[in-house]
Amino acid sequence: MPQSDGPTAFSWNLLADFQQMWSYPFMVNAFRAGAVVAVVAGAVGWFMVLRRQTFAGHTLSMVAFPGAAFATLVGMSLSLGYFGFCVAAALAIAGLRRDGQPGGAGESAATGVVQAFLLACGYLFMALYKGLLEGPQALLFGSFLGITGDQVLILAAVAIAVLAVLAVMGRQLLFASVDPQVAAGRGVRVRLLSTLFLVLLGAATAEAAQITGALLVFALMVLPAATAQQLTARPGRSLLLSVAIGLAVTWLGLLAAFYWPYPLGFFVSTFAFAAFLAAHAARALAGVRARQGRPALLGGAA
Amino acid sequence: MNPITGTPAAVTATRPETAPPAPTRAETPQPVLELRGAAARVGGRTLWSGVDLTVRAGEFVAVLGPNGVGKSTMVKVLLGVLPAAAGEVRVLGGQPGQSAGARIGYLPQRRSFDPSLRIRGLDVVRLGLDGDRWGVPLPFGAARRRDRERVAEAVDLVGAGAYAHRPIGQCSGGEQQRLLIAQALVRRPEVLLLDEPLDSLDLPNQSAVAALIGRICHQQGVAVVMVAHDVNPILHHLDRVVYLAEGGAVAGTPAEVITSETLTRLYRSPVEVLRTADGRLVVVGQPEAPSTHGGHHAAV
Repeated sequence: MPQSDGPTAFSWNLLADFQQMWSYPFMVNAFRAGAVVAVVAGAVGWFMVLRRQTFAGHTLSMVAFPGAAFATLVGMSLSLGYFGFCVAAALAIAGLRRDGQPGGAGESAATGVVQAFLLACGYLFMALYKGLLEGPQALLFGSFLGITGDQVLILAAVAIAVLAVLAVMGRQLLFASVDPQVAAGRGVRVRLLSTLFLVLLGAATAEAAQITGALLVFALMVLPAATAQQLTARPGRSLLLSVAIGLAVTWLGLLAAFYWPYPLGFFVSTFAFAAFLAAHAARALAGVRARQGRPALLGGAA
Repeated sequence: MNPITGTPAAVTATRPETAPPAPTRAETPQPVLELRGAAARVGGRTLWSGVDLTVRAGEFVAVLGPNGVGKSTMVKVLLGVLPAAAGEVRVLGGQPGQSAGARIGYLPQRRSFDPSLRIRGLDVVRLGLDGDRWGVPLPFGAARRRDRERVAEAVDLVGAGAYAHRPIGQCSGGEQQRLLIAQALVRRPEVLLLDEPLDSLDLPNQSAVAALIGRICHQQGVAVVMVAHDVNPILHHLDRVVYLAEGGAVAGTPAEVITSETLTRLYRSPVEVLRTADGRLVVVGQPEAPSTHGGHHAAV
């Protein structure tokens, strides 16, 4: 049923709502960019959660802020600032850590060092710029307004590259993440994969930061992956589920942000958090049910 | 075709200790592992030397010695990660490290999985099969079916069918160790190198896992080299032991090697081997190696 009380009122007819939103080119771009970012963040974030490298991911997303501030200061493209700083920071972390263990003590120290220094740089760039106060807020909390077709193209190109590399090295990366010693014994280049993954993580956070802002990158990097890993322990399904959840919360967030005057980052994070809580509750419930009876399906074989 | 299901365990149990193993694999005339006067040196210090050892298919060999003497280093030499400082080492008829991968199964020193790791035991075993390949596995087709069957077979072999579908972080230490043995076995290796697989297991699990390894060794014809801290859980499964000492080594059957005379000669200080009423061996006076590090280098 078409609504007659204004162009931006939410009706419960989702088809009509999407038709209405997609009549604005900037919203079409926002949905496209959101889809690209959600898929990349869901896939790369899944490995990040598995490898317990959330601190590295957090740092790389923080680095998106000085990257954008620097790009604004010198007047170059924002995307270049995001990707340049995030990938450089990933390489810095990879170069500074001493042990090859992901999530290990050496890496977390190196990560903290890089984060502190680059955040300080971001503050300096802002001080030097002296202008446009709403700029930092969009950098920190994201914005879906004014995403251009060119931006979507850049996001998509980087996404394809990231996903292609991830697809090629995915199985070895899983092996190296779950069982680094045996993987190394089998000839898997654990340290090289670890560095490559940090670079992918940098690229993925730079992508996500352009939609959710630097502070809320985790809404797309951690929450869908953590939710998916709660729901299933099968790697393939879990990874696909992570991508699907990321996509769903991003689009729902865009829908909500279009019709209600509150920030996009808030909606995306809230939906993702709600999904996580629901998965947590579902697992707790399944655990209770399993304890109440139902013996294991297979007996001991030996 | 004979219906052998269920019978091999009984056959092994009744077979006397000295009977030759009956490997299912075709008997190779040449030994699987061969060390002649082998020595290892780490950081300029000679850990052990003069190791003469021949291991054939279906033989179970333990590497023993005090902490820090370089027992894990022996495994690294056999893997080809560390070159032997002297002597000759041949693995499967070639240089160590040449035929790595499918023909050698390796279980590193005790590692436990984070309780929150949400990956099934089955997937960990599967990674032992194809985790070193590039690309994404196809979710269908004959190759996938074959892989699944192979994984299920390995899981059955170690008796882990009941918990292989659970996230591995939620399995007990003994269950994790069985799954890791399945992972090491999934490519049907000819040699199994185990680094203290019984470490940090409770006593019932130690003897159960030891019996499992002994069974796999003798039934499947896999040559097993196990680094062990305590010989007792594996004593009656063993065909041969190697005792390492600083600057020396002695190899032979347990009865030859684990005696007061042999060990006193090896360590050049009084060592007494006592046999308890239930057949356990207690080695008294075995010196600890002088260095506090060594043997426990993190393998990265």
